Amino acid sequence: MSTSVPGRLEEDLPGSGAGTSRRVPRPAAGRKRRGGGRRNPRMRGPIRTLTALLVLTIALFAGVGAAHLWGTPKGSLTPQLGLDLAGGRQVVLAPRTEAGQSVSPEQLDQAIDIIRRRVDSTGTSEAEVSRLGSNVSVAIPGNPTPAQLEALSRSSQMVFRPVLVATPVLPAGSDPLTPRELPLPSEQLKEQVEQLSPPTTVESDGSGDSGSSGSGDDAQQTDENRGGERLPTSSQDQAATTATTDDASQTTEAPAPPATNPSDLTQITSEIQQQFMEADCAANATEIADAAAAAPADQPLVVCSSEGDEKYILGPVELSGSNLEDATAGIQQLSQGVVSGIWEVVLTFDDEGSKAFAATTSRLMGYQPGAAQNRFAMVLDGEVISAPTVNNVISNGIATISGNFTPETAQTLADQLKFGALPLSFEVQTSEQISPTLGGEQLRWGLIAGLIGMVLVFAFMLVQYHALGLVAIGSLLVAALLTYGAVTLLGWATNFRLTMAGVTGLIVAIGVTADSFIVYFERVRDEVRAGRPLRYAVDTGWDRARRTIIISDVVNLIAAAVLYALSESGVKAFAFTLGLTTVLDLVIVIMFTHPLVSILANTSFFGEGRKWSGMEPERLGAKRSTYLGRGQFREPDVVAPGRRRHTREELEGGVV
Amino acid sequence: MSRFSQFGNDLYTGKRSIDVVGRRGLWYVVSAVLIAVSLLGLFARGLNFGIEFSGGTELRVLGVTQMDDYETRAREVVDSAVSGETTEVTRIGDDTVRVQTGEMSATEAEQLRSDLSAEFDVPVESVTSSLVGPSWGQSVTQRALVALGVFLLLVTVVLTLYFRTWKMAVAALVALVHDVLFTVGVYALLGIEVSPASVIGFLTILGYSIYDTIVVFDKVRENTERALDTHERTYAEAANLAVNQTFVRSINTSVVALLPVLVILVVGVTLIGPGTLVDLAWALAIGIAVGTFSSIFIATPLLVHLREGEPGIKKHDATVSRRRARGASRAERRAAARADLVTEPEPEVETGSEAEAGAAAAAAAEQTSRVLTSSQPASSPGAAPAVPGRPLHPYAQRGPRNQPRRKRRS
Repeated sequence: MSTSVPGRLEEDLPGSGAGTSRRVPRPAAGRKRRGGGRRNPRMRGPIRTLTALLVLTIALFAGVGAAHLWGTPKGSLTPQLGLDLAGGRQVVLAPRTEAGQSVSPEQLDQAIDIIRRRVDSTGTSEAEVSRLGSNVSVAIPGNPTPAQLEALSRSSQMVFRPVLVATPVLPAGSDPLTPRELPLPSEQLKEQVEQLSPPTTVESDGSGDSGSSGSGDDAQQTDENRGGERLPTSSQDQAATTATTDDASQTTEAPAPPATNPSDLTQITSEIQQQFMEADCAANATEIADAAAAAPADQPLVVCSSEGDEKYILGPVELSGSNLEDATAGIQQLSQGVVSGIWEVVLTFDDEGSKAFAATTSRLMGYQPGAAQNRFAMVLDGEVISAPTVNNVISNGIATISGNFTPETAQTLADQLKFGALPLSFEVQTSEQISPTLGGEQLRWGLIAGLIGMVLVFAFMLVQYHALGLVAIGSLLVAALLTYGAVTLLGWATNFRLTMAGVTGLIVAIGVTADSFIVYFERVRDEVRAGRPLRYAVDTGWDRARRTIIISDVVNLIAAAVLYALSESGVKAFAFTLGLTTVLDLVIVIMFTHPLVSILANTSFFGEGRKWSGMEPERLGAKRSTYLGRGQFREPDVVAPGRRRHTREELEGGVV
Repeated sequence: MSRFSQFGNDLYTGKRSIDVVGRRGLWYVVSAVLIAVSLLGLFARGLNFGIEFSGGTELRVLGVTQMDDYETRAREVVDSAVSGETTEVTRIGDDTVRVQTGEMSATEAEQLRSDLSAEFDVPVESVTSSLVGPSWGQSVTQRALVALGVFLLLVTVVLTLYFRTWKMAVAALVALVHDVLFTVGVYALLGIEVSPASVIGFLTILGYSIYDTIVVFDKVRENTERALDTHERTYAEAANLAVNQTFVRSINTSVVALLPVLVILVVGVTLIGPGTLVDLAWALAIGIAVGTFSSIFIATPLLVHLREGEPGIKKHDATVSRRRARGASRAERRAAARADLVTEPEPEVETGSEAEAGAAAAAAAEQTSRVLTSSQPASSPGAAPAVPGRPLHPYAQRGPRNQPRRKRRS
């Protein structure tokens, strides 16, 4: 039939005017355009997009390489494996406050910090301490001992104990203590002190004199001197020092009766004495800390400082960390509001704490400045984090610790004190030993299964879409490449570890990613079926497919984000991979598949719908083209059954 | 393959059509039966909760060479270490023994580990132990449920905004609940262990189900919008066509999504033994299959069900059927006229343009004989074609003046 209504029909054609000139039967124009690919305006956009993707990919892998070469810690070239694949022990600890309630987010952060310090102190490298909902997850590679595990879950609370005996541990040739922990009469120091301060001279002499006296003396001497406190002069006479020849000397003060005075040296039994002698803060720091953390509150104990440079015998607990309201680091203010430039840590106690602290300080003030018993120690996790001397009776509940702090050390101490204020216990929720062979096995089979699955998917795509299936395969491969790069880089940057659940997420992602191509290809096919030439079918098909792909991926992203934010452990890892692959799916479809198909649609093989291109109009039930030029359409051969005449779509080549 | 692509073409043009919407009663019954079975499984058999939910200790001995009598040997070792616990010993794959027993302390578990390694003559490292507190699995699931609630809420909002009707969101959610319920039911019926990994699997199904439903619904939206514009089809017909047009996509997608999962399932069951991988693969395989089914056979009919009651849609459907009736009566009249034409040689022709009229007259003359023989229409481009059943080309018939305005299509 010859319809001669060209004006209206031309409007219905895609890209009306220019369309005719680009048609295949005009070899000259077509070849020219195809030859100068870059100058073809239809090609420019896709090529630019593909270049952008190439740049993105190169940047991603450059990032991986850079992290590997110069990163600290050094990045790996393979994804970081989770514990279930690499082997090790996974412990989930639920922090509980003493009253049994669960903890607030800030407290949880502190709990994580406590656990992290414990893990670090056991010397396990690469242990991962992370937050797991309201729990703390500890992943320790290898095969930790039961003792190490026990140490992780013991309860944590800071206490204030009076110092009975303190001795610096002197590594060969090093200077003694930091000034904030007031110098103890070690052999060298004693001489200095002797020269500098008259009040301590006697004491130092005493210690010097009794340098060789036996350790059994102290009990005897303290018994004699009971009640002599608060009078430095009198106590000086009675000061007795027990000293071991190499590393220990101590000053003893006359204490109050044992029942009332926690500073009483009679509490030191020979057992503790023995323990103290043998304690080696450099070698057995962990065992000492463990033992100290487990020690009962009303008994004296032997501990080391957290730096390992001093060891102590401490009296019973006088004040618990829960009485501490706050600890802040700041710059010391002098009387007229002048800033001294000296950093200090300010402790604020609650009412009960203030009273107890006032009592303690007033008693400790009774001891001579510089004496060990003048000091009180803050013990956290079986280690003394600070043991300052008492200069004043502190009755208002606000104490300051000053010394030669740097801003960092002051802040650290303040933080430690604050953590300590929190009486936390840890309940083991799960403790799982994962064999690396099992994990490796699972990973290997998982990867093999994934690979077989991939190959089957490739085969299916080829059968379904012929040459266009190659585009889908290429897209999947690029997606796999980008996923590998992203997972590796994230492993370095955010310590993201690939777990079994994550691997499964990735394998499932094959399906979702391939679906985007299927939706796209099917839409293009629909357009071809409607009679459009392939190169226009690609554009219109893309417009429609894009909406579908974006909305469905957005919903997947919502799922991933919600699961990531609200769930824990395995679910979280899964959600992360789901989100990652969804984003990559969008990137691949928009930046790789569509541009590539657009470029291919301009080649003669695809554009003309040759055999095996996957877009042959005949196979899709459409005519090659129904437009014959000059406003004429070729009529489709058969009128569909049940119709009186051809539909407009059939006649004019589809709906625009 | 060729048949498959032909099938796709036919579905697209509507030449062949699966009556999804029309036979919705059947699909509802099918899924009601499925749900009833899974509910029966859930309540009668109950879910087989893994050790993560009940709490206890699980030990695995890997690389066992001497498998004889493994059950009693393992049981003896466990009984000598801790007594009074119910112990379950299973064999996984060729060389792995799994021992599940009650809760014990970390030290006891360590002891048991070395005992088992001595008994089965393997190094201590290849005995794995896990202590699981009973609250662990529950807290994971609880949080997952909270996440599920938030997710459903958000998705409802997003879909309502995107499709501009809450009914699509509701239909999608019903399909989703259907899928998850069915998968959980299959778990109960087959006695597959529910571990936190299977909970992850359920969540994936939920994501897949909603994804698949959205892809189908997007096509439904496209088709129904057009139908509402052109009054060519009723809402139900447009939705049905959409489902048919996406049918090939649905099949392809589910095949592509299922292939890797099935491979994992086969590899997992035969070579790896129970574990995260197999738990997940079960959930996914069942879920993807039922998710594809529900997005076609449950969600769409349900959507039509929900929307057909709307006044706007009712009016539209009425318009369509009125037009059809008019078209039918016109065709009848025309047929009657044609019958007249056979008896009366002079055709009744409106003169539009003179040339066309002439051609038409010639065609009409030709027509009289053609009607009786019902031959193929001529398709030579030069000559005016004669379409059966009509004496004149419509353009020529109506003429340029009283030509009705056609609605522009997008």
